[in-house]
Amino acid sequence: MIFTKKLSHDYLKKDDEGNVIGKVRALDDVNVHVKPGEFVAILGHNGSGKSTFAKHINALLYPTEGTVTVDGMDTTNDNDLWKIRQEAGMIFQNPDNQIIGQVVEEDVGFGPENLGVPTKEIWERVEESLRAVGMYEYRKKSPNHLSGGQKQRVSIAGVIAMHPKCIIMDEPTAMLDPGGRREVIEAAHGLNQVEGITILLITHYMEEAIGADRVIVMDQGKVAMEGTPREVFSHVEELRSLKLDVPEATMLAYKLQKAGLPLPDGILTKEELADALAKTGLFPEMTADKTPAGTADPSADKTSAGTADKSEDQM
Amino acid sequence: MGLLIDNITYIYNEGSVMATNAIDGVTCEIPDGQFIGLIGHTGSGKSTLVQTMNGLLRPSSGKILYNGEDIWGENYDRRKLRAEVGLVFQYPEHQLFEADVLTDVKFGPKNLGLSQEEQERRAKKALELVGMGEEYYEVSPFELSGGQKRRAAIAGVLAMEPKIMILDEPTAGLDPKGRDEILGLVSDMHTKLHMTIVLVSHSMDDVAKYVERIIVMNNAKIMLDGTPREVFRHGEELENVGLSEPQVVYICQYLKQRGMNIPTEVLTVDEAAQAILKAAGKKESENSGV
Repeated sequence: MIFTKKLSHDYLKKDDEGNVIGKVRALDDVNVHVKPGEFVAILGHNGSGKSTFAKHINALLYPTEGTVTVDGMDTTNDNDLWKIRQEAGMIFQNPDNQIIGQVVEEDVGFGPENLGVPTKEIWERVEESLRAVGMYEYRKKSPNHLSGGQKQRVSIAGVIAMHPKCIIMDEPTAMLDPGGRREVIEAAHGLNQVEGITILLITHYMEEAIGADRVIVMDQGKVAMEGTPREVFSHVEELRSLKLDVPEATMLAYKLQKAGLPLPDGILTKEELADALAKTGLFPEMTADKTPAGTADPSADKTSAGTADKSEDQM
Repeated sequence: MGLLIDNITYIYNEGSVMATNAIDGVTCEIPDGQFIGLIGHTGSGKSTLVQTMNGLLRPSSGKILYNGEDIWGENYDRRKLRAEVGLVFQYPEHQLFEADVLTDVKFGPKNLGLSQEEQERRAKKALELVGMGEEYYEVSPFELSGGQKRRAAIAGVLAMEPKIMILDEPTAGLDPKGRDEILGLVSDMHTKLHMTIVLVSHSMDDVAKYVERIIVMNNAKIMLDGTPREVFRHGEELENVGLSEPQVVYICQYLKQRGMNIPTEVLTVDEAAQAILKAAGKKESENSGV
């Protein structure tokens, strides 16, 4: 889907007269291959090159050296420019800067209208896009009256209505409250799994990377680490030295490990942590069976209490 | 003494069909020296509330007293109030505009009508506080990194030497290290400079780590007000209004649900680790006892 080959990008420093007085290398020999249907999270501190990288994918920036191809099209080929921008949609931080329509459905229809899609099909696309992000019931509302998470989902619907193969999300949750963050990340995974859309998610929230197929960590314009979330988040110290962090469950497991508990590296979720702790044998009162995530079934509590009693009886 | 917000209401577009209550009968006290977290989903009224605190917005009804005086009373010096109650907006770096960092930070004190020397002294002190030494004085604000820009912008408010500092989502868009740096700085302002802090935040993890009191806004009203431990006991209510508990609380609740004997009223990863280790240790000693 996306290939970058020896991609480098220099920002030019200019003086007041416009003369070039220096260069800053923002991307340095980046070789990335994103497969169709993949969900890739990109992490990196402010200034590490993440956004510069993202802007190369839909030809908002061009390589200084190397090449970027999207679905086989070279981004420097002007003839393919609109095709590339239609196939690789972008979502930015601030939903207020991305919404222009007075009514939700008009806003979502703006993209396909610009592509010259026939009116009837525009409305079909608007409907399917709004349904895909769970905003169909808000189609007649004014975007001003939506929450941050809802606005961001409308922005995403606007991109989906262009029928992209890939969506690049540049910190889509930075300005949202916890509820809004959840909504947007769930919408991204839904599009990936149901519609098969390739997702590139740039984020500063480590937990948002847990569900990705692959994590790419950038530093000083280069790819510093790459792997599954489990592989990448196993390197707690290295990530911290890159001004990043790990998910809270990972950090907790890491601290317990340092305190001497026999836990494996790369624990990502509370469920994994519970399973690993149960396996240590230090907590015989813990239930070994996995209760599905999020179930607060009172009977589960009873069962666990029951097993705890039993295990104590046995001793 | 501090700030007393007495039953205030703020209505946007008052008198028109578009009239909306952004704040609806809010009463709270902000005593000197407290570190308060103000949370609520987008549109809950947080930002409007903080803008009434330093007199940027005038409440439609109700009173705001600063050190016992009505800030909308006749002859009240609101310019002085705004110097004492500093407000750092969201994305404050968008408000950097001078040619170099030092001049930018001097802008506030200059507006207070202070002497050239005093402006300079305060600006330098503020920059020192945010960890930006002499080497930054002549740098253009636009050449700074995201985290540095934000620190320079905060220095601009610090240079007014406020007694109360209100920060509206100061960590939005920053990487984890940048977040820690800014929150460390805010925490220092509280402990070392004894400033009263109101931190507006969307991150429950950050709020849990730093503040001593949490005010939760919902639908233009105060929904909860108490210590972090008290407030995070209301997990379900928080989720119903678009918020959450700190992640470590969810982890501990899940471990408890799976049978581990640990308290769920933890606020930080360190506290959770201690609780789990204690549960492990206790078990071992019980086992050996049997």
